[in-house]
Order: sequence, then C-alpha cells, then structure tokens
Amino acid sequence: MIHRIPPGTRDVLPAELRELRRMQGALAAVFERFGYGEVATPTIEYDEVLARGDERGALSAYRFFDADGALLAMRTDMTIPIARVVATRLAGTEPPFRLSYFANAYRAVRPQRGQMREFAQAGVELVGADAPDGTAEVIEVLSAALDAVGLTRAVIGLGDADLYRQLLAELAVPEEPRDRILELLAAHDLVGLEDEVAALGLDSAARETLLRLPNLRGGSEVLDEARHLGGAAVERATERLSATFRAAEARGVGPRINLDLGLLRDLGYYTGAILEVYDPALGHVLGGGGRYDELMGRFGRPLPAAGFALYLERVHVAQAEEERLTTAGAREEGL
Amino acid sequence: MRLGEVSASRARGDGGLKVALPRGALFDGTLDLLDRIGVDTTSLRSDSRSLVFEADGLMLVTMRPSDVPTYVEAGAADVGITGKDVLLEQRDRAVYELLDLRYGACRLVLAARRGDDALDEAERRLGAMRIATKYPRAAERWFQEAGRRAEVIEVKGSVELAPLVGLADGIVDLVDTGRTLAENDLEVREEITTCTARLVANRVAHKLRAAEVDRLADRMREATG
Repeated sequence: MIHRIPPGTRDVLPAELRELRRMQGALAAVFERFGYGEVATPTIEYDEVLARGDERGALSAYRFFDADGALLAMRTDMTIPIARVVATRLAGTEPPFRLSYFANAYRAVRPQRGQMREFAQAGVELVGADAPDGTAEVIEVLSAALDAVGLTRAVIGLGDADLYRQLLAELAVPEEPRDRILELLAAHDLVGLEDEVAALGLDSAARETLLRLPNLRGGSEVLDEARHLGGAAVERATERLSATFRAAEARGVGPRINLDLGLLRDLGYYTGAILEVYDPALGHVLGGGGRYDELMGRFGRPLPAAGFALYLERVHVAQAEEERLTTAGAREEGL
Repeated sequence: MRLGEVSASRARGDGGLKVALPRGALFDGTLDLLDRIGVDTTSLRSDSRSLVFEADGLMLVTMRPSDVPTYVEAGAADVGITGKDVLLEQRDRAVYELLDLRYGACRLVLAARRGDDALDEAERRLGAMRIATKYPRAAERWFQEAGRRAEVIEVKGSVELAPLVGLADGIVDLVDTGRTLAENDLEVREEITTCTARLVANRVAHKLRAAEVDRLADRMREATG
C-alpha cells in the first residue's frame, strides 16, 4: 500500500539523522564560540509578516487559514522571523544582537534536483553591526562553520546586491528594460543579456561594462578590472567590496573569498554585500547570505544587519563527497 | 582516447573540465567546433557506441540534447552544449548560458495546414487554439506573453500528425529546412524565435573553475565569431 507524503518533503532515518545531528553539533559549537545564542521561532507566521520582510513574498510552499480566518504561511527562511523577534521581543535590549538558529524552512520550489520544499537551515544573524566589519564577522563565522563540518576546500563568494540596480540607474536605462536585464542576470542568461544590452543603444564603454561585470570573479584583481571599467556605481560597489574584503583579510579569512561582481541573490531584502557558498565536490550552492540593512526598518527598528544560512542537507552531501574523494585519493596514493 | 572507467561520482574531482555534448542534430556542428578549437574528435567521430571520451585534457560526455541541462545543473558536467530550444523548454534549470555558438540554427514556429483557416477560426470564434507540440512550456509561455490563449497538447513523436488527423488546429515545432512541414502539407504561420547551439555552465564550476571555463568559452567565441 502507498501512503503518500507531500512532494518536496521527506522522512529521515537514524543512519542519516545521526550524521546530521553530529554536523549540527559541530556548527552549534562554532556559533556558541563566536557568541551567537540560539533562538527558535514558530514554524508558521502571519503571511503579512513574511510579506513585510520580502514584498515579492509569495515564496512559501504552504499557506492556509487559521480558525479565525487569518492567512498563515510556513516561514520561508529564519531571517524575517528573527527581524520580527529583534523588533518585538528584544525591543528593550541594546544592540548588537548575535543570534543563531537550526530550523526547517519552506519554499515553493519544484521538487527533484536536490531542491526540497521543506529543508533544514543553520545560520546566524548579526543585527546592529555595520558594514564592513559586521559583514566580515559573519564571513569569519561562516568560514569557521565550514571548517567545522570538514569542508575545508569550500569557497565563499562575495558580491554586491546594489551594483546592477545602481549601474542601470546611472546609465539612465528605462524601467522596463532595466527589469528585464535584472531578470536575465538573475537567470544567468549572458547571451540574452548581450542581446538586451545591444538593443539599449548605449555607448560602447557602457555596453562593455554591463557585459564584462557578470564575468568578473576571482581574487582582488577583479576589483581592479572592475574599476578599470569605470562609472560611479561600479566605483561605489568595488569600494564596498574592497572594504569588506580587507576587513575579512584582517580576520584571516581573505583566502577563502571569491570576489564576484556577477553575484545576485533571489531574495528581495538584500542590500550591499551578498554571499554564496560553494564546495568543489558539489555542483549546487551550499548556502548564502549577506547584508540586509533595510529589513529591520520595515519592522520599525532600523538597524544594520547581516547573516548567512547553510542548507544542511546539501552541506551533508558535500561532506560525504569530500570524504569519498579523500578516501579515493588515499587509495590511489597507496598503489 | 576512449575512457575505460569513469568516476561514478555525482560530483567533480579535480581532473579536466567535464563537457556535455549533444548527440543528434547538433552533433556534427559540435564536432566541427571542437576541431576548430583544436580538440581531437577522431574517436568521437569513429566510435558511435561509447558515451565518454577524453581529448585535449577535457572529458567529453555525449548525451541527448535535452539531458544536457540536467547534467550541467547537477554539476555532473561542468559545461555543456545544447540547443536554445532545449533551454527555453527547461527555463527553470539553474545554469549559466554563456555563449551563442551560432551553428545549428533552427526556427521555432507556429504552423498549420496549408490553406486551412482552422487555426484562425479557433482563435477568433472559440477564444483558444489547440496546439500540439514537443515544447509545451516554451509554447505556453509564448502565447501567454502575447496575451493569447492556447490549449497546449504535449506529444512525443511526429508532431506533424496532430493537425492532419484533427488532434490540434496547429503545431509549435522546430523547423530546419521546412521540408518536413511541406511534405505534410503544413506551412509556417508565425515565427516564435530562432534557436542556435549554446554553451552553458554549472553555477559552481563557473565560480570555482573560472579560468578553465573562461578559456574554453573564449576559444569557442573566437572560433564562432
């Protein structure tokens, strides 16, 4: 007989859960060491609260009405609930706040391909600390977290969420093509971008800037290459990136960073620095984060903030792959 | 050289880039492109049974064009070549589309029986056309963007059959020379888009193997430019 479970959800059995718990333990020790206290919030929130955090909202996999007819939604991440907590439960307390969490979140993705509708996240939020040093602290915690779960080869991509919006405004690109270009960039469609940019009738320098930037990624040399392209928006973004990079270097995590002017995240609340996590053993992104300096203001308590979230199931897969590669490597050397 | 044993890993090791290549209509053009950038394709051309080859430090993996985005998205291949038609149909695959390789050009068209106004009639009088296609999602999106309604029927085999026997009023299909259409008494009514071969890359490979991916893309850009 078949008893179904909703698509994009799953049962976890002891062999796997034992490993997941061990991983969580290692992460919790890192968060604790950096002074990030763990919090828990309800799995369900009022839909309007989630929408306040990310107006594009509508990302939750599940929404329903409660007995009073109020619209509820399963949380789509922990950043918005924690912003709510900081603005309400912690209203009488002085910032900064260092908070961490282990929680399931729910998004309306199409199942298959490593994407689940219910997935486990581990992360931190640092509320009340400015860029660049607050961002650098978050990167340092993230780096220590990756080491703690054995992903010593993992890389942290660092980009800027405001770059393209500001650049397109500076180039006076009208709203409609601007939105299309942002969409193409988010979809990683560089061929479509080339066509769209060609149709704008910009001068060749502006055209080159728009087409070259998404491919600039690597060490600090990419900031020089970007500056070379010129323009106030690029200058400001590279300035921000360079300040964050230097602050991260001062904390000893510079080598771990891949500066990336092509980075865009699909959540609506990011401002300034954005982060993505990769491991060479896995083709999927392991996590992400960044700054969201305007999010707290939407809850009536304007404070600068930054954080990251790791997708625990993917981190687990990457961990298993790294172990497998190491064992295979050791075997080859033994021959 | 043919590869005796391939790592069963779902992930990448540290060898050369894994490149997913499309068998089928794009295969010859792809081999010609590889020749032009100095990759030896002798074994690819002579051995039609193997799936994995090694040449010029690259691991070449051959597959159906529609499987290329699947392998690349998962990172089982670092980069791949496939048709724009495939990418349009699988828009939600998170892969980088890096380069228009310009060969293998085909048109995605709306076609109907020659001299028959069933298509226009259906749209005018019934508010929606019945359209048979192998590209249901691309077709659906095109009609939606134009504010038109169509009942899209997915078929797997010869789509030309559908309007001949009354399954559909018209078809959305990929047309190369147009001969198949003509042979079935069909004609192009509207052109949706032109599809060429594209170079795509895995998101993580694009970041972590940037130099190799860019080098390959640059060589291909020069060879097709």
